[in-house]
Amino acid sequence: MNMSYDKNVRLMKGNEALAEAAIRAEIDGYFGYPITPQSEILEYLSKNFNEEDGVVLQAESEIAAINMVFGAAGSGKRVMTSTSSPGMSLMLEGVSYIAAAQLPCLLVNISRGGPGLGTIQPSQADYFQSTKGGGHGDYRLIVLAPNSVQEMADFVFDAIYLAEKYRNPALILSDGTLGQMMEKVRLPEKGSLPKFIPDWAAKGKRKDKERNIILTSAVDPAVMENLNKELQKKYALLQSEVRYELNEIEDAQILIVAFGLSARICNKAQEIVKEKGVSVGLLRPITLYPFPSDTITKLSKKVQAILVVELNAGQMVEDVKLAVNGNCPVHFYGRMGGELPTPEEIYFELKKIIDEQSIEK
Amino acid sequence: MDKDHEIIFAGFGGQGILSMGKILAYAGLEEGYEVCWLPSYGPEMRGGTANCSVIISSKKISSPISTNYDCGILLNQPSMDKFESKIKPGGILLYETAEIIKVSERDDINILGLSAFEEAQKMEVKQVANMIILGALINNTCIVKIDSVLKALEDVLPQRHHHLIPINKKALLKGMEIAEKEVLN
Repeated sequence: MNMSYDKNVRLMKGNEALAEAAIRAEIDGYFGYPITPQSEILEYLSKNFNEEDGVVLQAESEIAAINMVFGAAGSGKRVMTSTSSPGMSLMLEGVSYIAAAQLPCLLVNISRGGPGLGTIQPSQADYFQSTKGGGHGDYRLIVLAPNSVQEMADFVFDAIYLAEKYRNPALILSDGTLGQMMEKVRLPEKGSLPKFIPDWAAKGKRKDKERNIILTSAVDPAVMENLNKELQKKYALLQSEVRYELNEIEDAQILIVAFGLSARICNKAQEIVKEKGVSVGLLRPITLYPFPSDTITKLSKKVQAILVVELNAGQMVEDVKLAVNGNCPVHFYGRMGGELPTPEEIYFELKKIIDEQSIEK
Repeated sequence: MDKDHEIIFAGFGGQGILSMGKILAYAGLEEGYEVCWLPSYGPEMRGGTANCSVIISSKKISSPISTNYDCGILLNQPSMDKFESKIKPGGILLYETAEIIKVSERDDINILGLSAFEEAQKMEVKQVANMIILGALINNTCIVKIDSVLKALEDVLPQRHHHLIPINKKALLKGMEIAEKEVLN
């Protein structure tokens, strides 16, 4: 995909940039239900989406919205929804069906503190839900985690592109802060995303063609196992789409692994620790599924310790530990429920590791 | 020259806290700096008090979350109590005298009280009090130039409110004038 960008630099909220990018990615439909901290997406689209280009609809609930996405995606339309954590939980039955039906669509979770109704402040506690399926059955989502307003816009294009390439739902997992804050952004231009040809779409019976049928169930378990095998084959292929960002990894004694907003806060902690003479590198997974396991395995043989920082009780750290497989100690620091760590707190954790493991400056 | 300013605006909902921050952020954009504007969107906003932080930097902004600020614009008592200790030594604290009884006792920061609401009432548009304060901030710091702030008004105010630009400009300049006098005193 060749992305071209506007010359103009704008100042936009993450949610608004994402919504504008959806218009520029030429979506045919958006179905959603308002929930803080992402309601601006629905608001922006209802104000700015040209009705001649498709439909923007506020459904009666998240459950209705995801099933509208299911139906529209099945008819070959480019469609999306957005919500925040509790709303995502409601949608998961439908998400599992869409994954089973192998339909492309864009899901957006501007997540907030949980569990339960939780808070409306930023959180990354939906990592498990996003990357391990979430709904029932053996399915995976393609998961992209932006860490800036620019990426909130860019990843709409990337996620739709991947969803259509693999006929699989793709999720943008962001958080309340990235949704609400304003930063400079250059928007991708309309036309950057090629229109796809859904020859599998269920659009009615044509005289010259067999009817397309989209199924998510089978009476015979052997048929269901074959569908599962097909899905697993697809997920294996997906591994080649892994994306991550490395920062100051040369000569790093300690490696931080963090995604999204936490990675931004860790960047600042890196600046502080640099003044103290210890070199700390940062790996930021951009795709949470597929996960950059191979790169983490390689780096774990070079560094003396790994610190995973998340806005949860420790979720991605499990995937990091699997990749590290005992090559070096893996530490964790997290804040929960919508609270954020300060760069100083992360620096303090790094200092503890330096002292405990007597890492030389 | 390297520029790196972290500013907190805090007060009651309705005092124009979020727009003050927004106008400053747009002025930073106008001058080509990296900017980040982060509003409080949480329950505190629904309960009456609002705040937003603005970062203006010549370098890429790492964390959008600030914990210590170069400037604090604190327009009610809860905001004063919450943020006065988070201003960096040598930093600036501007507050509204009509709202605040207990002022910070720190002697390592520059504290300036403004009667912006009174001044705005004199101008017969009490909604421009925030612009008087912003003007004072611009006068006493080198965050951005006043011209960029004046330009930013056009970006932030929706078209239907553009007839209010002259009165906002007047308020900004009034704020600068007041702050200048305070410095001279």
